[in-house]
Amino acid sequence: MKKRHKRLAIVLGVLAGAVVATALVLNAFRDSMVFFVTPSEMVAMEEIPDRTFRIGGLVEAGSVQRDTASTLVMFRVTDGAEGVPVVYDGILPNLFREGQGVVAEGRLEGDGTFQANKVLARHDEEYMPPEAQEAIERAGHPSGAGGGYDSQ
Amino acid sequence: MIPEIGQFALILALCLAVAQGVLPLVGAARGQERLMRSGTFLATGQFVFLAISYAALTWAFVTSDFSVQYVTQNSSLALPMQYKVTAVWGGHEGSLLLWVLILAAWGVAVAAFSKALPREMLARVLAVLGLVSVGFIAFTVFTSNPFERMIPMPADGTDLNPLLQDPGMIAHPPLLYMGYVGFAVVFAFAIAALIGGRLDAAWARWSRPWTTVAWVFLTLGIGMGSWWAYYELGWGGWWFWDPVENASFMPWLTGTALIHSLAVTEKRGGFKTWTLMLAILTFALTILGAFLVRSGVITSVHAFATDPERGVFILGMLAVTLLASFALYAIRAPKVGLGGGFGWYSRESLLLANNALLAVACAAVMIGTLYPLVLDTFSMSKISVGPPYFDAVFTPLMLPLLFLIGIGPTVAWKQSDPVQTYRQLRYVLVVSVLLGAVWPLAMGAWSPLTALALMLGIWIILTAALDMRNRMARRKGRGGAAMVRGVMQPSYLGMHMAHVGLALVVIAIAMVTTYEVERDARMAPGEAVSVGGYQFTMLNVGPVEGANYDADRANIVVTRNGREVAMLTPEKRRYFSQPEMPMIQASLNRGPFRDLYVSLGEPLDEHAWIVRLYYKPFMFWMWTGCILMALGGFLAASDRRYRLKARESSGTSQRVDTAAGKAAGEVG
Repeated sequence: MKKRHKRLAIVLGVLAGAVVATALVLNAFRDSMVFFVTPSEMVAMEEIPDRTFRIGGLVEAGSVQRDTASTLVMFRVTDGAEGVPVVYDGILPNLFREGQGVVAEGRLEGDGTFQANKVLARHDEEYMPPEAQEAIERAGHPSGAGGGYDSQ
Repeated sequence: MIPEIGQFALILALCLAVAQGVLPLVGAARGQERLMRSGTFLATGQFVFLAISYAALTWAFVTSDFSVQYVTQNSSLALPMQYKVTAVWGGHEGSLLLWVLILAAWGVAVAAFSKALPREMLARVLAVLGLVSVGFIAFTVFTSNPFERMIPMPADGTDLNPLLQDPGMIAHPPLLYMGYVGFAVVFAFAIAALIGGRLDAAWARWSRPWTTVAWVFLTLGIGMGSWWAYYELGWGGWWFWDPVENASFMPWLTGTALIHSLAVTEKRGGFKTWTLMLAILTFALTILGAFLVRSGVITSVHAFATDPERGVFILGMLAVTLLASFALYAIRAPKVGLGGGFGWYSRESLLLANNALLAVACAAVMIGTLYPLVLDTFSMSKISVGPPYFDAVFTPLMLPLLFLIGIGPTVAWKQSDPVQTYRQLRYVLVVSVLLGAVWPLAMGAWSPLTALALMLGIWIILTAALDMRNRMARRKGRGGAAMVRGVMQPSYLGMHMAHVGLALVVIAIAMVTTYEVERDARMAPGEAVSVGGYQFTMLNVGPVEGANYDADRANIVVTRNGREVAMLTPEKRRYFSQPEMPMIQASLNRGPFRDLYVSLGEPLDEHAWIVRLYYKPFMFWMWTGCILMALGGFLAASDRRYRLKARESSGTSQRVDTAAGKAAGEVG
């Protein structure tokens, strides 16, 4: 192979690789990006989209119901304006509390309940999950500092 | 008084670092020997003062001097002594002090072990390390002073984060920093080569052991972090694609590429400018990692408290590094030259493919890590990019790479023939495909991706074995001792060891993601749950007390076919310092082919608890694989040729591999 041809082959190879890589990245992004919505936005949805969301806000006081015979738990997530009922099967994070910030990831069901497959709460004393804080601010209720959350 | 000594020593170290960053460089430019030699002296001085500073902070912890704010925030009277010593790097300020101490230690090591380097080269390397030190020490002094006093002094501290009160956490940060900071040495070598305009096989031979050792520490650091997360976080996860994990994984990927690119630079004089680019990028990625962890832009277990000033400082450091290095690169790289040519099918071309795949993988990880941050910064929308993205992008990039690992070491430099490779490896190929296809059946369920991953794992192990056998066979005429010596050559053996380690990790990942069983169950005393063929029976839950916490502890007996396998005792702890934040302490029974894993959730009524039970196959292989990779790296770096040849070729000689044909064995 002549030097010029070889260089051309290398350039083409690199380009092909870049195209494949870009396609992979874009495709993966489309399928696995999880958007964040607030309870108000979720209640206002006209149709139920078939994808995973994150919802954030505060655990409504007095809304947590644990089924003592199974591992199911139900609670409401509120941003001060609207609330959404959430169902979750499993162990809640250590710092899950009524009146505290929480983020749930899952799907919205036809009956308006949010079926969570992941629940995140703050991971230390001082902070609120950033998404929870944002939900409350978007609903017009300013709150404290942003910070970390504990996933589980 | 002692904290002030520490502070003073830190400032002195900064002054020495400034001198170290300037004087040897001036000396090298003007050919003044005394100035050039000052680098060694200044590097040692810098290290000594940083060691004094570090010792002062440790003293403040050991004596519980709560007038130092950082001690108050990360220690308490009740904290056990071993954790008081390690709490020094439990927060942002102290861990940064450890960082600069390790950086200075690398500098001293370079000065001590590189006597054979040409003196201009050594002077420039030490000067660049000095400049890097200036950046990080200034960052410590001006934004993150660990010796800040607190008046009035509190009676007790707020304690070390309970998650960090664990042996795994003692080792994780120092190992990781050794790796991160080690790449600063490689960066310094690259910049010195650019300034000097000289990059030959000798340069590659000096840089290789440093790169490999840095890579070994980074590997161990990442592995240790994963091992810690696995049992300490209590949810059985070992990799989360968390931005901070990615921050350490990105330089690992480019560092791995760099090791392989350096092999070409040493053996064939090729890939020169690409090697330099990788060295610069890897170092830049370590600074990016520091930014992600320390600026507060992301929130995770790792992230330290938020302070925008710090983020700006590190971004500035990153910008200066990139601008200066790329400017130098643009001006000088053409002078370095491209190096020898090679055929389309040769070890060089395969290593080129390796580098391309690793670089693209790194880019993909970077996009997934930074994109949500960028989007959020410009307030466009809030999204999260989770494991599905990384799995979808990363897996297809790694599969061809794993296949190439099997071929690479058997292919000759410069020009080879795929037909020959096929003839040599066809039986191994068939055996790997068969074994990989059958193994999942033995585990109980078959999926194409699992089978493919297992095939590739077996493929790497078998090709390594075959290559070693062939190498011995080629030396048959020279007697048994020569045969053994051939395979026992450290750089050769190290390469295969690291590859086999990776194969074990791949097998473990395939196994655990496919066959793990996870179950949340409500358990009252006397009740039993079956997971993965094991019977878990709850005996009781009772209170226990520790040094700085109290806890509920469950006793769960595990049986298989009626025989007792293990007694597991998961706890839910309340540390006195953080009564509102209970911590789970998982309990594990580890075995060569499976781990049994239990963590305690929450109480449902007076007797029953929610318990999470796991059956996790082949986790042992993952940790073994990491250790093998690290050992392989150490072995390769210890090869005598790096020391001997460095001495004789400190002139201009360029080693030409005469055995470029079949016999060329080593990449490690």
